[in-house]
Amino acid sequence: MSSQEHAAAHVHRDDVGSRMGMWLFLFTEMLLFGGMFFLYSIYRYMNPEAFHVAAKELNTLIGAFNTAILLTSSLTMALSITAIQKNNKSLSLFFQFLTILLALGFMVNKYFEWTAKFHHGIYPGGEELLSRSPGEVLFFGLYYVMTGLHGLHVVIGAVIIAVMMRFTAKGIITQTNYVKLETAGLYWHLVDIIWIFLFPLFYLIT
Amino acid sequence: MSNDALAIKKNGSEPTYLEYDGKGRGIKSWIFSTDHKRIGILYLVSLITFFIVGVTFGFLMRLELIAPGRTIMDAQTYNSIFTLHGVIMIFLFVIPGLPAVFGNFFLPIMIGAKDVAFPRINLLSWWLFAFGGFLAVLSILLPGGPADTGWTFYVPYSVRTGTNVMLALFAAFVLGFSSILTGLNFVTTVHRLRAPGMSWFKLPLFIWSLYATAWVQVLATPIIGITLLLVAVERWLGVGLFDPALGGDPVLYQHLFWIYSHPAVYIMILPAMGVISEIIPVFSRRTIFGYKFIAFSSIAIALFGSLVWAHHMFTVGMSDTGQFIFSLLTFLVAIPSAIKVFNWTATLYKGSIELAPPMLFALGFVFLFSIGGFTGLFQGTLSVNIQIHDTSFIVAHFHYVMFGGTGFGIFAALHYWLPKMFGRMYNLKAAKTAFWILLVGFNTLFFPMFIMGWLGMPRRYYDYLPEYHIYHLISTIGSWILIIGLTIMFTNLIRSLRRGKVIQEKNIWGGETLEWSVDTPPILENFVDIPTVTESPYEYKMNEYSETEKEEVK
Repeated sequence: MSSQEHAAAHVHRDDVGSRMGMWLFLFTEMLLFGGMFFLYSIYRYMNPEAFHVAAKELNTLIGAFNTAILLTSSLTMALSITAIQKNNKSLSLFFQFLTILLALGFMVNKYFEWTAKFHHGIYPGGEELLSRSPGEVLFFGLYYVMTGLHGLHVVIGAVIIAVMMRFTAKGIITQTNYVKLETAGLYWHLVDIIWIFLFPLFYLIT
Repeated sequence: MSNDALAIKKNGSEPTYLEYDGKGRGIKSWIFSTDHKRIGILYLVSLITFFIVGVTFGFLMRLELIAPGRTIMDAQTYNSIFTLHGVIMIFLFVIPGLPAVFGNFFLPIMIGAKDVAFPRINLLSWWLFAFGGFLAVLSILLPGGPADTGWTFYVPYSVRTGTNVMLALFAAFVLGFSSILTGLNFVTTVHRLRAPGMSWFKLPLFIWSLYATAWVQVLATPIIGITLLLVAVERWLGVGLFDPALGGDPVLYQHLFWIYSHPAVYIMILPAMGVISEIIPVFSRRTIFGYKFIAFSSIAIALFGSLVWAHHMFTVGMSDTGQFIFSLLTFLVAIPSAIKVFNWTATLYKGSIELAPPMLFALGFVFLFSIGGFTGLFQGTLSVNIQIHDTSFIVAHFHYVMFGGTGFGIFAALHYWLPKMFGRMYNLKAAKTAFWILLVGFNTLFFPMFIMGWLGMPRRYYDYLPEYHIYHLISTIGSWILIIGLTIMFTNLIRSLRRGKVIQEKNIWGGETLEWSVDTPPILENFVDIPTVTESPYEYKMNEYSETEKEEVK
């Protein structure tokens, strides 16, 4: 074996394998949130009235707006991958940047939504919340934990896309080798789809 | 590549993984290496360290229980000690156990690959493991005192106790992440990196068991992750989730906890069953009986095992229908487990059995696991469960499966593969002596627990009535015998790494799987040329393994 072959053996590349790894990771994410969806459904079943009352207090308009933002960001993410497939590096960078902006927009909305609730004393341990029925305490407990963990995923996703932008700029992600961007996109779509479930569960079903 | 000069030695042979240091030097060449073999050894060293710590806690617990009343520690210390024994043994020893050490080392070699699918993620998972271990140690040392909740962290006590539960929870969360990454890596590796000709039904059975385990790791671990996280959030921010004072239901915590932790016992036992399926045909010189049944029973155990969690909770006040279903499913898991035991014994039948140390440990496994398995059925029976729930009967059952099963499986794997990994042979006589002492010590330690549990001795109790004294005394004496056995075994193995007889032949035991076709110790990239597989892994031909070869080893 020549030393050249030896070196070549280290550049192991398996796009199908990489995608498979990401899908497996997404399964774990689904089960992570699954545990909380399980709690939500049981507590909702146990306290139907309280969940009904509490859900009315969430602002459906902000929720719907955020849903639109995340759906659009999934589109821009997909467009950035198509752009790199067509070897249009700057367009791909533009769409990735747009995705990050939309993620930030989502977080800003979330910030205003949460702080407004805090002002009314509706936060874990807050006086207003503790004066209400146990079912409402559970509803807002789940609301903060689930949207909070989802928000954390949005931030992580934005950071990952920022790294992808750097990779694209440096030419590591190219027309022929874009699996990194693709798997980052898979992750971003998962973040999106979890919100698609959170939105009706907390805002729409009253 | 910076190390090309080393890549091919002057005499034309490839460097072994022990010689090739990569970019680092000394310890750095290990803790930053992405070579699956080096990572396997990193895990080996870490796991043995934690095992010794866990054994020490177990030993202290037994010593406290030698007589009624206070012997060497107060009740609070005792509560912390049994928690630490559980947390360390479960999260830092048996769960990573065989997959992390021997899975990492041998999975790529046994399927004819140069490494796992994601070598860097593999290294990351070791670092997460080390970090999780560090947090666990920190929770012991920091003021506030080690957690005293038991390894199950049941709410509401875990939300209210003043001890360092947060750190212990976070440690378990990080360790779970490490376990997920290993599982993800192994599933992808088995799918993508099998050598040409290595079809699914030519996979060694150890690989089948690792594959089934890896799926459980990927699919079950996130549930414990989120559950522990929720307890942490509840403790930290007072978010109402499980605490009845805030409207929550602590029984839901138990459900979520066992949705992971029951499959987790299959994460622990399945790879050990895989090791036994490797060792028994090799030392019987017979093709394994019922290959496909063993392979599919691993999958069946993983599948059914994920649906039986509530059998840990028969006394919480579930509906009768719920109890009935979970009891039935529990009995169903016994079927694939029994299939394995029957197939192993059928493999022995008319085989040319050689009682080398790995085989002794494997047979010890079958014996102890059978006792553990049958007593598991006692507990799956609803009416009997009420009698023995939370008694030392369950402690005995669990240790027969996890120590007698997985523990002996790990010891079998150590005796089977360690010479291959380091190219040095341990003292066979000392290994056999250690086995017999361990077997006697183990049974003396745990069998009395069945009896006193049946009579009503509760588990986790600091003190007990005088009528249980004799059983506790015998049990504690057993723990001393067990420790003597462990000391002889580990001394023998560790001594062999420096002073053992150097071995160079590839096939030490006469196995037919691929790891016996590579150099001892394996070269950096395992294979000079990736092999093409044409035969099933257990095709034994007459006289292939000559008597002279056998003598040379000894």
